[in-house]
Amino acid sequence: MNVAAAKVGTRDALGEAFARTRDRLPGTGQVPQTRQLAFDSFVRRGLPHRRIEDWKYTDLRALMREVLPPALAPNQTAFDAAAKALATHAIEGARRLVLVDGYFAPQLSDLANLEKGVRIRTLRELLESGAWPSLHRRTVTEVINPKADQDQSDPMIALNAAMMTDGVMIEVAPGMRLAQPLHVVHVATCARPAAMFTRSALRLGKATTATLIESFIAANDAAIYQVHHAMMLLVDAEARLDHVRLAEDSRDAFNISSAAVGLGPRAHFNTFALTTGAGVSRYQMFVEFAGEGSRVETSGVNLLNGRQHADTTMFLDHALPNCVSREIFRAVVDDRAHSVFQGRIIVRPDAQKTDAKMMTRALLLSDEAEADNKPELEIFADDVTCGHGATSGALDESLLFYLRARGLPEKEAQALLIQAFVGEAIEGIANDELREATMAAAQRWLEARS
Amino acid sequence: MSLLEVKDLQVRVEDREILHGLSLVVNKGELHAIMGPNGSGKSTLSHVIAGKPGYEVTGGHILFNGADLLEMEPDERAAKGVFLAFQYPVEIPGVATMNFLRTALNAQRKARGESEYSTPDFLKKVREVAKSLNIPQDMLRRGVNVGFSGGEKKRNEILQMALFEPALCILDEMDSGLDIDALRIAADGVNALRSPDRAMVVITHYQRLLNYIIPDFVHVMSKGRVVKSGGKELALELEESGYAKFEDAA
Repeated sequence: MNVAAAKVGTRDALGEAFARTRDRLPGTGQVPQTRQLAFDSFVRRGLPHRRIEDWKYTDLRALMREVLPPALAPNQTAFDAAAKALATHAIEGARRLVLVDGYFAPQLSDLANLEKGVRIRTLRELLESGAWPSLHRRTVTEVINPKADQDQSDPMIALNAAMMTDGVMIEVAPGMRLAQPLHVVHVATCARPAAMFTRSALRLGKATTATLIESFIAANDAAIYQVHHAMMLLVDAEARLDHVRLAEDSRDAFNISSAAVGLGPRAHFNTFALTTGAGVSRYQMFVEFAGEGSRVETSGVNLLNGRQHADTTMFLDHALPNCVSREIFRAVVDDRAHSVFQGRIIVRPDAQKTDAKMMTRALLLSDEAEADNKPELEIFADDVTCGHGATSGALDESLLFYLRARGLPEKEAQALLIQAFVGEAIEGIANDELREATMAAAQRWLEARS
Repeated sequence: MSLLEVKDLQVRVEDREILHGLSLVVNKGELHAIMGPNGSGKSTLSHVIAGKPGYEVTGGHILFNGADLLEMEPDERAAKGVFLAFQYPVEIPGVATMNFLRTALNAQRKARGESEYSTPDFLKKVREVAKSLNIPQDMLRRGVNVGFSGGEKKRNEILQMALFEPALCILDEMDSGLDIDALRIAADGVNALRSPDRAMVVITHYQRLLNYIIPDFVHVMSKGRVVKSGGKELALELEESGYAKFEDAA
């Protein structure tokens, strides 16, 4: 088979998969038709490849060679395997909402004593009722710009829209202060190679505060799997969301996740993403400042080795004046792994007094490790404060020697310096428990390494 | 058996030979001062003993308690009791001093097959030593040496020396960058650690330090060799005459 055939192959295989499964996908009323529109939109552009600037370093025509069949609904064996995996990734005090192989699992989720004002439904329920979970439904806020509908702009979100089966839809009523963090866990147990298409949403009403953690984990003996996920976060006026995403998929997994975030006026969004798992992954976040005076702190860490490929891409769209954004990203890359960070900040003509800063640093632990850092600023307003920086390099030999001269074996000395390096990004997590949970996840990677 | 035996040591850095057949014997309980002008190879000797990468040993040997030191990794040397107090201790942002001290101490103990310190025992020990060296508690919470003054960095080295209880302490230019008060505190710290079980090698350019730390033996280095050895009076002689006549002798 020549390469050209392979390129078309994956897209065609996805077309066949859609044709085969569409009648079994959940949804009534307008849903099937909307799925078809989304799929058409995906097909028009096909799988993203290297000649599309936003996907330059993550060429899915090369990296997504096969289309796996949809995951089967989990049986008792799957739930038992999931429970085991969950035990080692628990976050104390959090309300856990679990998806096993892409299916919401009520028996593994904490649904009791739900706070008044919090509503949790599954995506499946929503679709079966004929509703479509779209960013521009304006159920929460008037300020979200319909143009921000990512279903129309990114092929992988369009594919997700066409194929999505389940997820958790959370709504928090205005004024609520949600003390208990929400922890949405995706566990893959797959007895056979499988793909899952999930979509979740969190909508925070005006002046609410909430904490959300998303985890991607796998049971020990899970077969190879593909995750296609989308997360929609709406943070209404004066609301605050603290958000952490921990991607600890199994080493041969494939994970393409998108987050679409809409911020109302004076909203505050603190978000962090850690990627240690998956053979091939991309996490792309689109943040739209849709009200004045809001603030975003986003940070992330990729910890990679072997032949992993992980791409973290952040698009910040400063559409309105007086908003602040801070981005800190760190990559630690060993062996023949490849880390990608793309940070694009757009400051639109009206967005005067924007204050946007981005800093990305990569640590290369081997000669064959690769890190691509692509900070991009597109500034169309004239009264703004914007800046970015990018560095990459090896561990400082003089620091390593100092630690080794004090008795630390090489791997331990490296681990301590790596912790310090990523600590600068992890410190950006405002919530203490989340910071500790993230440190613990980073620690798991370091321990697996030595 | 001597604690440290350096015999006919020849060392290159890139294409340049720095040490041309240096010999030195240090026994338990002794304090040796190594003096010499800049570029005589004093720091190179300390780095090679500690195992710093980038030096090529082309001849001679170093035995530590009879074992071949040059075959050991730097961390093995530390666990066996070799301690180098750095001339320029590095700053390590993001690694809290307390965390660093505990990790290092426990790594050494583990390598020796000893049990790890419990947290309360460790804290008690660090606090005692820190107090004796006039090191404030908040310094221990900061990143290793981050924002420390020259004197604080040197005191942090001595703190580690006290904590790790090495058999051999090499102090590389401990006096550089210290004012007289800072020097006195550091010297008191070193003197407190002198013991019949421990040897020290003090490397210095100036005689001044030796007013506070009295050596048993003084060696003069020039051009990569020890050109003269003697008692503490040799340091005074150097102060009078300078290094010039020894350089001629080399």
